[in-house]
Amino acid sequence: MAIDTRVIGTALPTTTLTIDRGRLRFFAKAIGETDPIYTDVEAAKAAGHPDIPAPPTFLFSVELENPDPFAFLASMGVDLRFVLHGEQAFTYHAIAYPGDELVASPRITNVYTKKGGALEFVVKHTAITRADGTPIAELNSVIVIQNPGVKP
Amino acid sequence: MTRAESIVVGTELPPLQVGPISRLTLALFAGASGDHNPMHVDLDAAKSVGLPDVFAHGMLSMAYLGRLLTNWVPQDRIRSYRVRFAAITPVHGEPSCTGLVTHIEDVDGERRATVELAVTLADGTTTLTGDAVVAV
Repeated sequence: MAIDTRVIGTALPTTTLTIDRGRLRFFAKAIGETDPIYTDVEAAKAAGHPDIPAPPTFLFSVELENPDPFAFLASMGVDLRFVLHGEQAFTYHAIAYPGDELVASPRITNVYTKKGGALEFVVKHTAITRADGTPIAELNSVIVIQNPGVKP
Repeated sequence: MTRAESIVVGTELPPLQVGPISRLTLALFAGASGDHNPMHVDLDAAKSVGLPDVFAHGMLSMAYLGRLLTNWVPQDRIRSYRVRFAAITPVHGEPSCTGLVTHIEDVDGERRATVELAVTLADGTTTLTGDAVVAV
């Protein structure tokens, strides 16, 4: 299977997530976070924050709020069981806090193969902004698709 | 928190050792992160592609490295942060997160440190490598 390179440049559907304290505390618990500024509003305020901050990698979750976040891969013929996360990058503009309505705007920026098609790569750029357009972060993801039927 | 002026090339970040990753942790992270890929929580799905077991989300390890960074400097000083996922992390893996300042330069009137980052398991496998740029 080879992904059609004409998908390069395609804008994917935007996704919106309104952050709340409960979700951030759940995320903090899941990652074993022990710094109280990520769970306790008073500790966050004492550290100069208006509320508990969304930790650095939480922003990856905005896009996953889409009811079917990997539909774009499936629509390209990818078997999702063979997908791996290759690389992930964040460039930060501002910290997000509870009450922020975050908008993720993803776009496919590259598609290429290696090892004679045994590995395919999809590169995606996602801008995260508040609903008013204030930039929060830029994300770049490299998604790796293993094609077990192709011998390198 | 670390005093900014004490950060120089060669400064090592206080390491972060994470306990064995349990299946409960993977279930919690699936829900909290919104990554519901069954390969991380559903043994049947893992076996359907010939894997012996589920494996941890790469973004869970990246979150642990994020904790290493925010334990070291306030989060608003992190300008960028990126990783490459080099190997999967099995259930019960014990990630060890480390960081080393390798470069310092002035950018836009701001002193910035580049931190080389890595996550390794007890058996020596490197699961993530990456770097962050931090205002110091």
